[in-house]
Amino acid sequence: MRILIPTPLRQFAEKKDAIDVSAHTVGEALEQLTAHHPELRRHLYTEQGKLRAFVNLYLNDEDVRYLGQEGTPVHESDTLSIVPSIAGGR
Amino acid sequence: MLRISNSLYTCLRQHSEETYPHECCGVLLGTSGQGEERMVTEVVPCENTRDDSPHNRYHISPLELVRIQRLGRERGLDIVGFYHSHPDHPARWSQTDLAEAHWIGCSYVITSVRQGHAEQTNSFLLKGTTEEDKSFLDEPLEVSEAVAAISTNAGRVQP
Repeated sequence: MRILIPTPLRQFAEKKDAIDVSAHTVGEALEQLTAHHPELRRHLYTEQGKLRAFVNLYLNDEDVRYLGQEGTPVHESDTLSIVPSIAGGR
Repeated sequence: MLRISNSLYTCLRQHSEETYPHECCGVLLGTSGQGEERMVTEVVPCENTRDDSPHNRYHISPLELVRIQRLGRERGLDIVGFYHSHPDHPARWSQTDLAEAHWIGCSYVITSVRQGHAEQTNSFLLKGTTEEDKSFLDEPLEVSEAVAAISTNAGRVQP
């Protein structure tokens, strides 16, 4: 499956915009990603090992929070998008 | 520096007037040059999903971002920044803007809108290496006819 890396995190992933991994779940995919690119870990997870609140994960067009979280099964043809949130105001 | 064509610059400022007195928001697609120079080649207006407080808050649906990111990849473009408006408020970043900004290395463009008319537009570069040391820096915004625009308005990506 393919993981799409957002612009701000590419500097920690050899400047790649997409990385292919072989995994059975979203959690496995992220584990492989951070194993190959360890610097990504502190940007995706808190010190307690929880996914940071502003990091959204979308499996194709579905929010992983409403699927099976990191236990969500994945297939070879799936795309996992890492999307930091966009918000603010005056 | 953030470079943008006059037509795209006008597009995002018009969006800020259309949504007044609510905040507008959108995504800037483009390319990165040498160092911290980025060029905007498409402006993608988004829906402000903060229905509870749209006059002083904005939020873009992550699904809309996923689709814009996909659109960019298809066109060989990256997300290089975002824009939003400050109705009846200066075009300066707020503490809320900084707390909610997570795209380090991207530009955050803010337009002040007074009584429905766009006034100042400023760009701020989100610098840093982590959430803990991030900060906004004033960034030159070069508006020029010379910047080639692929489209004056990529249109709304349906959520």
